[in-house]
Amino acid sequence: MGLMDLFRKRKPASAAVAKERLLILVAQERAQRGGPDYLPVMQREILEVIRKYVQINNEDVQVRLDKDGDQDVLELNVVLPESGTER
Amino acid sequence: MAEIIVVTSGKGGVGKTTTSASIATGLAQRGKRVAVVDFDVGLRNLDLIMGCERRVVYDFVNVIQGECTLKQALIKDKRHENLFILAASQTRDKDALTVEGVEKVLNELKNDFDYVVCDSPAGIERGAHLAMYFADRAIVVVNPEVSSVRDSDRVLGIMASKSRRAEQGSEGISEHLLVTRYSPKRVAEGDMLSIADIEEILGLPILGIIPESELVLQSSNAGVPVILDDKAPAGQAYADAVARLLGEERPMRFVEIEKQGLIKRLFGG
Ligand SMILES: Nc1ncnc2c1ncn2[C@@H]1O[C@H](COP(=O)(O)OP(=O)(O)OP(=O)(O)O)[C@@H](O)[C@H]1O
Ligand SMILES: [Mg+2]
Repeated sequence: MGLMDLFRKRKPASAAVAKERLLILVAQERAQRGGPDYLPVMQREILEVIRKYVQINNEDVQVRLDKDGDQDVLELNVVLPESGTER
Repeated sequence: MAEIIVVTSGKGGVGKTTTSASIATGLAQRGKRVAVVDFDVGLRNLDLIMGCERRVVYDFVNVIQGECTLKQALIKDKRHENLFILAASQTRDKDALTVEGVEKVLNELKNDFDYVVCDSPAGIERGAHLAMYFADRAIVVVNPEVSSVRDSDRVLGIMASKSRRAEQGSEGISEHLLVTRYSPKRVAEGDMLSIADIEEILGLPILGIIPESELVLQSSNAGVPVILDDKAPAGQAYADAVARLLGEERPMRFVEIEKQGLIKRLFGG
């Protein structure tokens, strides 16, 4: 192993990072696919409402539409910050 | 009855036209009657890559609008008498292609050919949608790069819901990935997604792996599809992909780092 290889090993290979990001993104986009067009808009509005009360980031609200038998189930996941950070 | 094959990608500039030209030429080399159709309205380029740009008289939109017959518009390839090209129109009217018009032309082509290869424009707008709408088979061209991989998944989603096969509820379009501009060296260095990575992310069978090669540019310059350069690795890889399309089994080549001789290293390969 050459000296350059030692340097290279320090950073995680960028392709591995790309793969992780794509696996997450593709899964997310596939889950949204076929769902109604209003989902992304609704997700944004829910985000706005919650932000009136607590400070959260865009990725802290996840909206998913799942099928449970013949029922559509809307799953809403909100990650709230640790207490003490309310506005 | 012909099989309609769309070559698509979502992202632009990944190698759709290069692929359409080589796959169509390769099928013709194998004795099939082939028509290759440029759907990139306003940005005609397939004619250049096929080397027939000076013989374009009529185009796809002329046929749809009844200004000439399909026979008049089809350009016979100068190297293969069983290969024909239908050029895209240079009109700036993006609505020049209609569902009915495209269907009429494809139906007529289906009677006379074994394969109709549709070179899709980039994006997911009208032209791209029409190119895939009537397809039986799709070759999704993908570069080992994040935006290309993501876009190809989007295109796959659209094909699964908005193609005619999907609308009719018949058997879906059969889908293949064609990875182009692959560089085993960069994969080994950890800077490029590997074939295994792409397969895992997209979950589709791989029809072929086309290595990054300077000879592709030279072929385009000359107007000779790279598959006709049997010394070019990219050309050989396209020939393998054509064989697989025809149901033959071929091991994947050009996925390992090439051991280069001194001469090649000095003068480039
Ligand atoms: N295997 C390869 N190695 C090196 N260069 C390549 C390879 N395949 C394609 N290219 C180059 O990439 C560029 C884009 O190719 P091409 O025109 O086929 O892409 P496209 O997907 O049809 O683009 P568009 O979306 O604009 O229609 C060209 O310059 C071509 O020479
Ligand atoms: Mg093109």
